[in-house]
Amino acid sequence: MEKKKPKSVFKQGAISSEFIGESIAKHQTKTSIGAHNIFLGQVRADEIDGKIITAIDYTAYEEMANQKFHEIREATFEKFDLTCMHIYHSLGKVNAGEICLFVFVSSPRRKVVFEALEYVVEAIKADVPVFGKEVFEDQTHQWKQNS
Amino acid sequence: MQLTIKYFGMLAEATTITEEQFSTESCSVSELLKKLRTQYPELSKKDFKVAINQQLVDHTYIIKTEAEIALLPPFAGG
Repeated sequence: MEKKKPKSVFKQGAISSEFIGESIAKHQTKTSIGAHNIFLGQVRADEIDGKIITAIDYTAYEEMANQKFHEIREATFEKFDLTCMHIYHSLGKVNAGEICLFVFVSSPRRKVVFEALEYVVEAIKADVPVFGKEVFEDQTHQWKQNS
Repeated sequence: MQLTIKYFGMLAEATTITEEQFSTESCSVSELLKKLRTQYPELSKKDFKVAINQQLVDHTYIIKTEAEIALLPPFAGG
């Protein structure tokens, strides 16, 4: 089992498909891995009271959030037999249809990655102090709340 | 003692600041919140958690030393 050092999870703006593709490519040298599982959170263009959400503007209590991401990583490695894991979350504006969260877990075997990925994503949603301002077409906004 | 109070998301919007210094005697979180709500009545309408030095605490927690207090509205990661 390989443990990574804590690092910042946040990226400014949307997470590009090129970045995600390159992250996958980087694992070709890690030949003990037999299964990857990836979660991509995408900003939805929800309609609320007749107005469409065009973007989410993310902010965070970064020091605490990075600490929480670190704790989630440690707990996940403790619980599951993973070879590696990566988490990236956007800060700033992410337009509807763009990716705001990228979680990537890898293991020798497939079953563990299905369970581990769900565990990580649910922990991020529940425990990490990230805040989202949902911006409508007319530039008014409301605050997102995870359910 | 001197506390640093940080406001995030809708709370920064409600108070119109993101951070301030606050002088107080040793007090519980709920006593501190009472003072802050007097200063910013909008806070009374908001739902939030409190973190002290990046750890979530409940309202009975007694603040005894200089600390960073963060008021955290509902989380929205992902």
